[in-house]
Amino acid sequence: MPNMSLKKNEMPVQEPSERNKNFSEVALGYTEEQAIDEAKRCLQCKHKPCVAGCPVYIEIPAFIKEVAEGNFDKAYEIIARSSSLPAVCGRVCPQEVQCEQVCVRGIKGEPVAIGRLERFVADWYIENNKKAVEKPVPNGHRVAVIGSGPAGLTCAGDLAKMGYAVTVFEALHLAGGVLVYGIPEFRLPKAIVKKEIDALIALGVELKTNMVVGKIQSVDELFEEGYEAVFIGSGAGLPRFMRIKGENLRGVYSANEFLTRVNLMKAYKEDSLTPVLRAGRVAVVGGGNVAMDAARCAKRLGAEEVYIVYRRSETELPARAEEVEHAKEEGIIFKLLTNPIEILPDENRFVGGIKCVEMGLGEPDESGRRRPIEKAGSEFVLDVECVIMAIGTSPNPLIKSTTENLATEKWGGIIADEQGRTSREGVFAGGDAVTGAATVILAMGAGKAAANAIDEYITSKSQ
Amino acid sequence: MYKIIKKVSLNPTVTLMDIYAPLIAKKAEPGQFIILRVNDEGERMPLTIADYDRVRGTVTVIFQIVGATTELLNHKNEGEYITDFVGPLGKATHTKGLKRVAVVGGGVGSAIAYPVAKKLHSEGAVVHSVIGFRSKELVILEDEFGAVSDKLVIMTDDGSYGEKGLVTNALKALIESGEEYDEVIVIGPLIMMKFVCLLTKEYGIKTTVSMNPIMIDGTGMCGGCRLTVGGEVKFACVDGPDFDGHLVDFDEAMERSAMYRPTERNDYDKACKLIPKEGKRDA
Repeated sequence: MPNMSLKKNEMPVQEPSERNKNFSEVALGYTEEQAIDEAKRCLQCKHKPCVAGCPVYIEIPAFIKEVAEGNFDKAYEIIARSSSLPAVCGRVCPQEVQCEQVCVRGIKGEPVAIGRLERFVADWYIENNKKAVEKPVPNGHRVAVIGSGPAGLTCAGDLAKMGYAVTVFEALHLAGGVLVYGIPEFRLPKAIVKKEIDALIALGVELKTNMVVGKIQSVDELFEEGYEAVFIGSGAGLPRFMRIKGENLRGVYSANEFLTRVNLMKAYKEDSLTPVLRAGRVAVVGGGNVAMDAARCAKRLGAEEVYIVYRRSETELPARAEEVEHAKEEGIIFKLLTNPIEILPDENRFVGGIKCVEMGLGEPDESGRRRPIEKAGSEFVLDVECVIMAIGTSPNPLIKSTTENLATEKWGGIIADEQGRTSREGVFAGGDAVTGAATVILAMGAGKAAANAIDEYITSKSQ
Repeated sequence: MYKIIKKVSLNPTVTLMDIYAPLIAKKAEPGQFIILRVNDEGERMPLTIADYDRVRGTVTVIFQIVGATTELLNHKNEGEYITDFVGPLGKATHTKGLKRVAVVGGGVGSAIAYPVAKKLHSEGAVVHSVIGFRSKELVILEDEFGAVSDKLVIMTDDGSYGEKGLVTNALKALIESGEEYDEVIVIGPLIMMKFVCLLTKEYGIKTTVSMNPIMIDGTGMCGGCRLTVGGEVKFACVDGPDFDGHLVDFDEAMERSAMYRPTERNDYDKACKLIPKEGKRDA
């Protein structure tokens, strides 16, 4: 009998007043009982709209059925057929606009907690599985993957499962891309990311860190080395600044720099050799998930007051509703309809404040969002010692500039079709490198599509 | 892991290391840099490539022991390993077509100026080198510079070796004596580069500087190394580290380089705790 409760099983979380002082995970995950009970809310619909709502098409009702029956290892096997990083996706996917948005149970009441169940299954498997990984039979073909973020890891995992010898080239010293330098520990524990990557290595994926492709080797040299196809999943890591006065003062960070120091270099730990400014009052400019992450990190580093400064209103905030909610619970102050115009120095030429103007909203612009308009005479100064710019990123030009005949958009994105095929034969691309900054799961979907296209390309070429 | 093939103390505070990194050695050019991490807990630190041997597969770095990470690095010996070594990063120094060049090095910056002088010399340019140090015991690479320079002037602040005074004194004297240069290339402390640029601007001589701001990733993803050059914001790690010295906002660069000074002492103490005690080190 299905569980007809209209509400999801609540997931236990750390208390806001407690968690805003530590970097431990906020959401604690379901117990076995909670997971089974939640799984029973799934109606096992025949038309299963949830599957089409998932960018990597996980067989959602099938895995949930196994959870309901307590067969967690079988549930994992079903998920693993489609997703290489379930412990990550269960945590960071915006399920409310994907699988859960189209769940039939969501018509009357709350949808089935698909993300929480995926997370439960993945965590259970990491904790309990003792089986050795069965390595796929090698097919004798080699593929190079540039970038070890969600797109690259998914592409590598899928190709490895098909028997390809895959080498992943990563520029930083740790694999994971935004999963390790961007998304903070309290949303996605790094130990979880490491275990998912270790699982890919166990599958036979070779990982080379400290390799800045475009500098140490070019895409053409990878082909010369015998790779038959190259997947570019180098992301969109180039930070934007506002180009306002005072932006180079000490105490102004890009969100990328601030989060890299905190997450990748663990600057929040007392014994870390990487410094980060621990300011009492911080302004984060922007309204996306990155802004929420930066604000919540700043709070955890001991800031008394952290402001989100965003030029539109709450309705237009691009961050996930859940992240905005969590930020508010933790005491982040939202300065909406507010735009910075200058960063002011203190007497020591560190940041002393941020001069802002109030905004009103006009007619919708090309993006469909209402255009913010400055209110005359509304200038005021927020008294802060640190400013973090989280107003977006664009693709790094390094690979584009060192790969001949690779067509790109004016703003830097690599031009690729739905299957990831670029203007160069044998070169595929996906994720933020193609779309500009988007979500983890869209990057995974692109990595998956490209893996299939690469398989098709190499198979047809070798016939 | 990257093996330390050679370690030589050049003076009491400056150390040379050859690191085995064949792929980097194959591509490295003067003016480019690497980023290293000494160990798993370490920070990422940029060092300019001082030399490379494409045959042996080694990259040479020369560093001054100034803080936590350089202290940790200096405690590593030949045959030991460092955890991470990334490069070659940044753009190579532009040398093509230069016929007469003054290469100016200050302190440990001389180690970075040396490969540039060497390359210019090998390309047939007339090279005048001016290298400056605080005092005699800090002088490095005298013979190396001698071998690639048509003229070499060594300056010490206290006059204990070479001529007494600053590199700007020597450069001014050369220019005043009628020497003509297509370009001056200067590498050293920010304050020294600033004053060399002020001098060469008076004479209208194009001047290239190698900037050394604080960096994290060194690949253009954070902007921590940003500078103002000719009124525009540039990322030193990808747009540089070389820039037209007459366009660089040195005062801002000096401010930014002092961003973490209040916490550096603390980091140094932390690093010292990580250094193995004498006698306990692996044989």
